[in-house]
Amino acid sequence: MKRVYAVEKLCLNCKLCEVYCKTAHSKSKDIIKAHKTEVPEPQTRIFVEGDNLLSFAANCRHCENPACVEACITGAMTKDPITGIVDNEKERCVGCMTCVMACPYGVVKAADIAFKCDLCRGEDEPACVKHCPNRALIYIEGGSER
Amino acid sequence: MSYVIIGNSAAGIAAAESIRKFDQKGKVTIISDEPHNTYGRPLISYFLKGTSTAGTMHFRKPPFYTDNGIDTIFGHAAVKIADKHVVLDNGDKVSYDKLLLATGSVPFVPTISGIEGKDNVFTFLKYDDAIALKAVVKKDSRVVIVGGGLIGLKAAEGLHTLCDDITVVEFADRVLAAVIDKQGGTIVSDHLENNGIKCILNNTVDTLRDGEVLLKSGDVLPCDFLIVAVGVRPAITLAKNFGLTVNRGIVTNTHMQTSVPDIYAAGDCVESYDILDGTQKILALWPNAVRQGRIAGASMAGHADELFDGGMPLNSVGFFGLKVMTCGIINPADESGYEIVRIAKGQQYKKFVMQNNMLKGFILINAPNRAGLYTTLIRDGVDLATIDGDITNGIGLINFKPEERAKKIGGGAGR
Repeated sequence: MKRVYAVEKLCLNCKLCEVYCKTAHSKSKDIIKAHKTEVPEPQTRIFVEGDNLLSFAANCRHCENPACVEACITGAMTKDPITGIVDNEKERCVGCMTCVMACPYGVVKAADIAFKCDLCRGEDEPACVKHCPNRALIYIEGGSER
Repeated sequence: MSYVIIGNSAAGIAAAESIRKFDQKGKVTIISDEPHNTYGRPLISYFLKGTSTAGTMHFRKPPFYTDNGIDTIFGHAAVKIADKHVVLDNGDKVSYDKLLLATGSVPFVPTISGIEGKDNVFTFLKYDDAIALKAVVKKDSRVVIVGGGLIGLKAAEGLHTLCDDITVVEFADRVLAAVIDKQGGTIVSDHLENNGIKCILNNTVDTLRDGEVLLKSGDVLPCDFLIVAVGVRPAITLAKNFGLTVNRGIVTNTHMQTSVPDIYAAGDCVESYDILDGTQKILALWPNAVRQGRIAGASMAGHADELFDGGMPLNSVGFFGLKVMTCGIINPADESGYEIVRIAKGQQYKKFVMQNNMLKGFILINAPNRAGLYTTLIRDGVDLATIDGDITNGIGLINFKPEERAKKIGGGAGR
């Protein structure tokens, strides 16, 4: 399946991926409202780490054998057998955070419930990739470590 | 091929899915003494609270059984395993070529005088327990919960929306004694107290009387409903009676096969290898049950690629918004030989237990993000010399070597 991969030598630490991820996962889809006024606050599902010397953005690997799905006590976390997308159904998640604790990449986010990358389900290209100014995130066919 | 699975929870469902992945034609039957479609067992406290409802309790969406061509026998207990068939409580026989025991746990009920035959005494392990409690507990009911472990405390939190007077009585010197240390347990019990749950430690319920309980200390508490939540025991009676090798739990090999080749076992009823202390023990944990079920199902369908190489204690649970995670060895009886780091700030508490320059366990209270990276350090036995920086200050993928990071998120080396 197509996954988002990080190219750390190209990352500028600008965090635009986080900004556009949050916007893409807002109700309003408006960059200002998503960051300033929307309640509940939309959640970014990508993590920029590092500083101006070394940085990269990490998000879900959509593993073949996802530890988060194995850990989920509600059945809310699933891997779609057709698309391969691993996603959390917010109506059923109770926020126990077992998935957060199980994810070997540390890329499931704990808020009131668990949030994670859904590859911007239905879009040709995830928002983080589309808005990366230096192609430090690429969306291509590839495998996963797990 | 006819597959029979006894148990309709984490391990049983994972096994059924796994069987179907490899065998679309064989007959698969799931037997459960509970009358419900599969549900998230830990959600029973959320059902009391109202966060989970009859419409969201399901562990798999309702057409699961028909979509996967799985026959169900619900509301009937398997009472006996015989040669190539299972006998049900109504006398029916269900024949199998391959059998999986995913029977889970049963509540352990200690000796408490006066509880025999009382209809105001409950355990808290099944959906029906929660349904029954929800029907009888009123706003002014006085509830006493014996046992301050995960089940007892989640029951307390769930019941809090239904009634005001809830007391947890715990035998140990702290709540969550099996999975947390004294310092962490104190944060949890203080938080529960602040939310209106009374916690009594170093004590237990001796006698249930009319409208009250007598504690071991001699104190008396008013009590309309008593919930017994001191622990669970693996459900091993069927296995024992058939003559399978059973210690504390059912003994299996790494394919989850028991001492009888066509019978497999998975989940809370089996003994698992603990990768941290090298012992065989009951690891009654949801992810462990799912993994074992998946492996058992694949093995039953003739695919033995994945092996169960062991598990480790791992719990993540919330109480009134307090997020508690514990993993691995968190409270070694003898601290010599371990390096232990504790960082406490208000309601946040982090404890790291290290040995031979490897992380062996952690407690994280109100510090959940990136916790999975710590879990990985433990599970993979990562030499902390290969990790940049001090992990007790926080962790990210940035602490890993570039080549490791390239494997993890870069899609391989060279990008």
